[in-house]
This record gives sequence, structure tokens and C-alpha cells, in this order.
Amino acid sequence: MHWGSLDNFLAMGGYGFYVWISFGLTLACLLFELYGLQKRHVNSQGDI
Amino acid sequence: MNWYKFSSPKTFYPVAGSLAPYFLGVAGALLILGLYIAFFLAPTDFQQGEAYRIIFVHVPAAWMSMFVYLIMAGWSVVGLSLNSKLSYMMAQALAPTGAIFTFLALVTGSLWGKPMWGAWWVWDARLTSELILLFLYVGYMALHSALDDVRRADRATAVFALVSAVNVPIIYFSVKWWNTLHQGASVSLTQAPAMAKIMLMGMLIMSISFWMYTIGVALLRLQCIIAEREREIIWMNEAQRSE
Repeated sequence: MHWGSLDNFLAMGGYGFYVWISFGLTLACLLFELYGLQKRHVNSQGDI
Repeated sequence: MNWYKFSSPKTFYPVAGSLAPYFLGVAGALLILGLYIAFFLAPTDFQQGEAYRIIFVHVPAAWMSMFVYLIMAGWSVVGLSLNSKLSYMMAQALAPTGAIFTFLALVTGSLWGKPMWGAWWVWDARLTSELILLFLYVGYMALHSALDDVRRADRATAVFALVSAVNVPIIYFSVKWWNTLHQGASVSLTQAPAMAKIMLMGMLIMSISFWMYTIGVALLRLQCIIAEREREIIWMNEAQRSE
């Protein structure tokens, strides 16, 4: 652990904007895909 | 045990449903571990500062974008040679996930490129061929939905996946064949990795997590595809019987 404080952690040495959008977008895309599949799954159920 | 039994969509449907949660569970656990390594154990890079941490999602996403296309091509070969419906469905189930990883590889790469290269985008061979891969995924999915006859769509997209898979080695070797701004491979099968062990560990764990996620999600999508397609068959059968 070398961050010291939460502010340092969020700042990411000045690259916070790039780092957090990268990780945030990745997680968002994966969760969105799962959510969409869940909905599609519910719609397709009961028909087989 | 008769493995061919599982090549029938009807028998594989419940198997896919019971396997998917395990893959997704492992993916989630490894993701947490991977993120912990990425943010708390991996040291700061002496050249790139903290911005390098983007590689913990960028590299696994880029790897997956290529792997998934190869696996789709593999299932396409199986489908074309054995004419097994489930193989085509497997390929079809992977496409959206592969497209998402390609998109993520491009965007996270761009987010790394801006602070490091000073440009969001350059038309170098690696970036351009990866962008083409995104178009190929979209083209694959568009082609499948453009053909009304599902069996014909299966075969057409299988041929498409097979032919266009040539782009994957082009992406992989682009950094060798051409003079690219994108750096060469830091991790390869033939050489010792050119990075600290803990960084490599984090990247590998994130990659395995993405793998597990891909398998879990593909199984869930496979279930949807089976249910949607077989519904049409039942519907057809009933319609024909009532004539």
C-alpha cells in the first residue's frame, strides 16, 4: 500500500481521469452485458 | 459416457444453465483479486507513472478480443464439417462478448495513448487492424441477423468467421511486421516477460477472470439462442400440424 491517502489513490499520480474511466467503462460494459442477457433470458424462458 | 449427446441443443440447454453461474462466480472472485493486485500490490511504473495501470484491463481485453474470434472460427469449422447446430450457436453466442472486448481494448488503449503518446488515436498497424476486428464482429452479427433462414445464416457466418480470422494473426504480428507506435509484445510464449512479476501476475489473473466471464456469458447467451430458435421450431411444427 503506497497511496497514503484516498485523495492520492483517486488522483492516480495525475492520471486519475484516464485510469478511472478505463476501469469504470470496462466494469460498466461487462455489467451491462450481463444485465441485457438476464433480460433476454427472462424473455426466452417458458418457451422451450 | 456418450459425449455426442451434449451436441444436441436440447440436452446442452440445462448443462449450460448449471455451468454458467460457476464460471461467472470464479470470474467475479478473480476480478476482485486482479483489481487488488492492479491497484494495491503492483508498484508504480518508473516511466509511465500510474497511467500504466490501464494495462490491467487493456491487455486482457485485447487478448480476449483476439482469442474469442479464433474460437468463433474454430466452432465455425466444427459446424461446417459436422453440420452440428450447437457449434454454430456457440460461435454466435460468443460474438457480442468479443465485440465488447474489442471495443474496450480500443477505448482503454485510447485512454492510455492520450497521456502517453499525446494522441487519442493514430493510424498505426496495430490500432487499425484492431479497429477492423471490431468491424468484423459487427459484420458477423449483422450478417447473421440479415439472413432470415437461420441455417443459411449459420453457414454464411461460419464461412465469414473462418475467412476473416486471418485478421487475428495480422493484429498479433503487426507490431513485428510494421513499424508501429504501439509497443511490441511484453508477454510472449518464447521470451521471458519484460515486466515485473507482480504486474504480470495481475494481468494474468485479470485475463483468466475475463476468460471465465466470457465462458459464463457465452453459455447464458447460448441458452437464449437455443430457447429462441427452438421456439420457432415448435411454433412451426404446431403450425404445420394444424394445416
